[in-house]
Amino acid sequence: MGIAILDYGSGNLRSAQRAFEKTGVPVEITADFDTALNADGLVVPGVGAFSACMSGLSKIKGDEIVRKRRQLSRPTLGICVGMQIFFSEGVEHGKHSGVGIWNATVEKLASPILPHMGWNTVSAHSDSILFKGVADQSFYFVHSYAVKGELPVLASKSFYGEEFISAVEDESFSATQFHPEKSGDAGLALIRNWVTSL
Amino acid sequence: MTLSVRIIPCLDVTDGRVVKGINFKNLQDAGDPVEMAALYGEEGADELTFLDISASASGRETTLDVVRQTAEQVFIPLTVGGGIREVSDVDRLLRSGADKVSINTAALVRPQLISEIADRFGAQVLVLSIDARRARTESGFEVTTHGGRESAGKDALAWIQEACELGVGEILLNSMDADGTRAGYDIGMISAVRAVTKVPLIASGGAGALEDFAAALDAGADALLAASVFHFGTHRISDVKRYLAAEGYSVRI
Repeated sequence: MGIAILDYGSGNLRSAQRAFEKTGVPVEITADFDTALNADGLVVPGVGAFSACMSGLSKIKGDEIVRKRRQLSRPTLGICVGMQIFFSEGVEHGKHSGVGIWNATVEKLASPILPHMGWNTVSAHSDSILFKGVADQSFYFVHSYAVKGELPVLASKSFYGEEFISAVEDESFSATQFHPEKSGDAGLALIRNWVTSL
Repeated sequence: MTLSVRIIPCLDVTDGRVVKGINFKNLQDAGDPVEMAALYGEEGADELTFLDISASASGRETTLDVVRQTAEQVFIPLTVGGGIREVSDVDRLLRSGADKVSINTAALVRPQLISEIADRFGAQVLVLSIDARRARTESGFEVTTHGGRESAGKDALAWIQEACELGVGEILLNSMDADGTRAGYDIGMISAVRAVTKVPLIASGGAGALEDFAAALDAGADALLAASVFHFGTHRISDVKRYLAAEGYSVRI
């Protein structure tokens, strides 16, 4: 079994690699189409703006990789902007299309102070696998945009100025708006939960 | 569900060693930064800040190594400041495992550096560090350089507003008047900056008693940075958090 972290020029991949390696499973950072497509689990990180991430992703055909993995029901985890680009649309610096796994728009949070930066709690869905054993813990967030409202899939929520979706678990696809790889022991436990479910 | 206030220990590093240390009697060489970072992580630090005060290029190279080793063991956000002059310095630090960088003098010299960094990596990686003190400027606060010894000739509030427009994700406000006094954070300065800032605000300088931390939060700080009270063992991070929790603030314990 092996995990791949998709390298499309976004984010601090080295510490993400170390955090996932803590589970004892080999972790490879890759931009290679077939390696990413065939990995047992694929992590899609992301920092910066929605549009910048989408263009970086397209350059390595990452959008195609993600859609194919969805068709093939292969476990895939989006983190932060890596979660946001799984949705159909983002409005950061103008309207931009996402990969479109879930149909919703990523919008600016209504809070006087942005980014939402720091440790916040999650109201975990009772059927969540990711939050098993850590539902009462805090996780590290850095973002100004998020999906609000209801989704037709299992969603967990958090609050900053308003309620937003902080995690999604939909069959083989999962995503967190926070950074589990930067969320201390709670984040490592969540990562372990995901890896165990592969 | 509330965002917790952040408690951030700051480690001053030169040539791979922490300068102000836990051991009061041995100021010159007081600790291994990686070990201290891990210890603070276990004690509940919400983030860690390394300030590289190395004078030489080889010292800064060593800091990259410290960042690398820390990021591999401590899974909380890591901010690194000191010696950043251009975008490529930021790139190197992020690749070594830093999550955020803080810039100070280089941004004063060339404000455009802020937007260059923000455009490339996003504003969320960029902390504007500002050393301010009371002075006869428009807001009553001015920016200083050289550890507070010289005036930068800029009004502090005007500079913060300019920097926010260029694209910083966070402000680290160091009060040069309060720094080292342990007489409390500079409440007036924190309130004044809060009033003009829509990004998270980290207060620094003056932390002494436990009550000081609460007062800074009441003045509008989102996060509290401290060095000597933690290094010298005056307070454990867990003590500060327990105190704040008992006072009704949201903390991560």
